[in-house]
Amino acid sequence: MNLALRDIRHGLGRFLVTCVGIGLLLSVALAMVGIYQGVVAEALALTRSLGAELWVVEAGTRGPFAESSRIPGDVRAMVARVPGVAEAGAITLRTAEMAAPGRIIRAQLLGYEPGRPGGPSNIVAGRGLGGARFEMVADQRAGLAVGATVLLGGDRYRVVGLTRGLVASGGDPLVFLHLRDSQDLQFKLSPPAARRAAAAGVGAGNTDTVNAVIARLHRGADADAAAETVRRWKHLSALTDAEQSELLTRSVVARARVQLGMFTVVLLFVTAVIIALTIYTMTMDKLREIATLKLIGAPDSTIIGLVLQQALLLGFVGFGAGLALIFAVRDRFPRSVALGPEEIAVMAAVVAAICILGSTASIRAALRIDPQAALGG
Amino acid sequence: MGERRERVRLEGIVKRFGAGETEVRALDGVTLAVMAGEVVGLRGPSGSGKSTLLNIIACITPPDGGRLSLGDGPVWEGGHYLERDLRALRRTRIGFIFQFHNLLPFLDATDNVALAMTLAGRDLASARDKARSLLDFLGVGKRAGAMPARLSGGEAQRVAIARALANDPPIILADEPTAPLDSERARSVMDLLRRVAVERQAAVLVVTHDEKIFDRFDRMVALRDGRIDAAAGGRA
Repeated sequence: MNLALRDIRHGLGRFLVTCVGIGLLLSVALAMVGIYQGVVAEALALTRSLGAELWVVEAGTRGPFAESSRIPGDVRAMVARVPGVAEAGAITLRTAEMAAPGRIIRAQLLGYEPGRPGGPSNIVAGRGLGGARFEMVADQRAGLAVGATVLLGGDRYRVVGLTRGLVASGGDPLVFLHLRDSQDLQFKLSPPAARRAAAAGVGAGNTDTVNAVIARLHRGADADAAAETVRRWKHLSALTDAEQSELLTRSVVARARVQLGMFTVVLLFVTAVIIALTIYTMTMDKLREIATLKLIGAPDSTIIGLVLQQALLLGFVGFGAGLALIFAVRDRFPRSVALGPEEIAVMAAVVAAICILGSTASIRAALRIDPQAALGG
Repeated sequence: MGERRERVRLEGIVKRFGAGETEVRALDGVTLAVMAGEVVGLRGPSGSGKSTLLNIIACITPPDGGRLSLGDGPVWEGGHYLERDLRALRRTRIGFIFQFHNLLPFLDATDNVALAMTLAGRDLASARDKARSLLDFLGVGKRAGAMPARLSGGEAQRVAIARALANDPPIILADEPTAPLDSERARSVMDLLRRVAVERQAAVLVVTHDEKIFDRFDRMVALRDGRIDAAAGGRA
């Protein structure tokens, strides 16, 4: 006879309301864990999508994400000839605001040469960039549809394709442009500024500048050796993909990770305290029943089973409710809520641990209940 | 009819609460025996030691002196219990009937009775069978599937009696079992306890203030200031 289940069935409404309360609390904890993982996933989303094995940047910098980096556009051809390099592509990166009908969209613009590394790995709607200029491929997070037009740097761009899950480390959606367009946006002087520069005798400047060159290597090629070769050019620096990924997670989003991590720990602590108090209240509500059980000879294992099973059921039903809620609303979050099977399994284990530890005080209190409490009025 | 067996024996039981100037002797050398098939009433004013005595017999509260025997031999002697598992002792040798029935609100009448048997190791199916027959025996068989909240006071008390009888205990302790009942139902419950005592050769000890049932006992024991009050009709 399972007393825990029978007691729950008897007060099912109250138990479910309690589970919903715990579920709401756990949904916040799950959201924090998801956002924490999302920050890391978003930081690495672009590098993973690009599939670059070598990042060539300006000497003395760790660009283009951690620091500003500017190198001549012809570096791409030099890098393409480095032993072990299969193909190379020049890219530019810049944060900009685009004017869409009725709103301003903040985005990270990535310029690349179609046909060379630097473009999105997966298009979920429309097509990739072709030869034509003033086209863009935007991430769905920008909220643009295929065929939409936006105003950028005084020119009108048409959205020809959409990607999913490609955002910058700050959460801004990525927008892919033709390299020529992005170079103009980033380096070309406006006509009045160009006229002033010409009058000063410094010229309008060369716009064939990029922020980085990325390279894919032949199968079996040594990325460290290729990076070492590139570093021999004094004006360049090189990072392997592993170094770039570590830079992104350890430096670029480090503060955000620590902040979110700390908040998650605090939230889990609060969750543990609330679950423990809820279990304690549930147990103390059954004081007379527990005293009666003791008086009629129920062993401690029966009392412990009653409290522990209810604590675990409360935790897991609440966890299920919280999980369902967060999956229902996570797309509405402005940043990615990355909850995979691993995070869910870890959180389930954490909830189980909280329930077991949280019920220890209740179990101790239940075992201390005097059977005499069942006697008299 | 042969000699009746002694089910409960208390010899010189002493129980003190507090220490020094605040010490209260709740029981002061109480000696009492209850035989198989006997229904004994325990009465006395508030604070006379009735509940303490019941708790000592139930091995809930240890005495400070004297000797307690339940059935075959002593269970408390020389300042300590001789049985290791007191709850197992309560499961098998003592049946409890409470003032307010204390049925578990989340189990129906059958399972409230069956629970006592499953705790003693009986399988659930046979425990439920026996529970139903006990409820029939006590005249509440038709209410076997009812939850305690849907039982009347008299029905709930009969279910509580069935639970107390579930493991065929040789000793039944009842704490004001008729307090919440009207006269007719109170007498009916006492008649049931008498029937149980006679048919099952159980010793029944009932704490009560209820004068309308005094005539249902084989004898009354009166307690005053922790001692058996012979002048009030108490006898060991």
